[in-house]
Amino acid sequence: MSSKVVEETVSSWSPKVLAFVCNWCTYTGADLAGTSRLKMDPNVRVIKLPCSSRVNPLFIIKAFERGADGVIVSGCHTGDCHYSTGNFHARRRFAILHDLLHFMGVDADRVTFAWVSASEGNKWQQVVNETTERVKQLGPFGGFGKREGGGPQ
Amino acid sequence: MKQLQDLARKLLSDGTVNVVIGYEAGPRGIRPAFITSPEQADKLVFNIHCVQNLATYLNPRRKQITQLGKVAVVVKGCDARAVAGMIREKQVERGNVVILAMRCGGVLESSGTDSELTADTVSVRCAGCTDREPKLFDHILGELPPEPPVNTRRSDQIAALEKMTAVERWNYWTEQLSRCIRCHACREACPMCFCVKCTAEKTQPQWIDPSATPRANRAWQTMRVLHQAGRCVDCLECERACPEHIPLGMLARYVADAVEKRFDYVACEDPSQAAPFGAFSPSDDEEFIR
Repeated sequence: MSSKVVEETVSSWSPKVLAFVCNWCTYTGADLAGTSRLKMDPNVRVIKLPCSSRVNPLFIIKAFERGADGVIVSGCHTGDCHYSTGNFHARRRFAILHDLLHFMGVDADRVTFAWVSASEGNKWQQVVNETTERVKQLGPFGGFGKREGGGPQ
Repeated sequence: MKQLQDLARKLLSDGTVNVVIGYEAGPRGIRPAFITSPEQADKLVFNIHCVQNLATYLNPRRKQITQLGKVAVVVKGCDARAVAGMIREKQVERGNVVILAMRCGGVLESSGTDSELTADTVSVRCAGCTDREPKLFDHILGELPPEPPVNTRRSDQIAALEKMTAVERWNYWTEQLSRCIRCHACREACPMCFCVKCTAEKTQPQWIDPSATPRANRAWQTMRVLHQAGRCVDCLECERACPEHIPLGMLARYVADAVEKRFDYVACEDPSQAAPFGAFSPSDDEEFIR
């Protein structure tokens, strides 16, 4: 690879966003967005989990450590959980995680929590595009990823 | 003090308990004492230097103490909250521990440094304490001393951090956490950290990098504080045990405040009260969810 190509890759940075989605609503909703051919930023990598309550806060920390610039966590709307109450429990944990990340200096715009149901392909498109846009504004997240620290931007 | 010594002597001599965990004067200030015979009961003391939270020693994994037999433990109000937490989470059976609660007028920030309580020397945990007269006890001892001097150091610190931008807060914590040597003293001192296998020691998958780097330290402290959410009793043992003087209590306090604000829950001395993360309310706040 010539150095010119490498330079071009660096300057045309685009964010890596990791999405933890629930199998029953958001994954199906994302599938709907795909089959409906909605235009979405190609920055989001989806990881399917059984339920939003399967999301351990460590997943999000690990995602940032391994080079994600933003994270989406999404599941069924409250009351619609396949397991009845999973997302109610998840919501409590996310609330505290959200507050703690804020207090420790992680920009709240890097982590998006959303409820997207199986029929909300449009909402998924919106969540993906908005999150990618926000993370683009913030720039690369060198913080967690750098062994020796580094800045939040 | 005499009252405490007499009670300990009585409990030990009539065989109610086999060991009394209390405080004694050591060469470098007050230290925890494990009194196993009635003759040693004279060693027990209680004063403003008794900063340690002895509830930590009730951890069933501490075999060197559990093997001694039935335990009596000297607690302050804040420590009684920890005992309640351990009973709530089935680490301690209420019938197996005798709680000797001391009425408390506040303790120093660190043992053996100063001789009197002032707004500067009093522990930040004593600010706004509502448990000076413990509610969970078998025997309650002493006269209620006057209220500790008012101090707002902790809330001032948190308010100052809140005023910063996200980048400034990030830099602040990076600087603080970069000192961490990963000795895990914060975990060992904590009465509510009693997992058989800590996530920080799991290697498949390895969630927390064991190296003492800013990245790994941040992950470790984030995890530790999250695991304490709604369980932390604000005894500040983590901060006191930290050899690098990282303000870990500030993280714990912030999360405890968030839990109180969001779920109207405070870790209290009632072991029957359910913890906030074992329950939920359909009307929980979700303003942060899109």
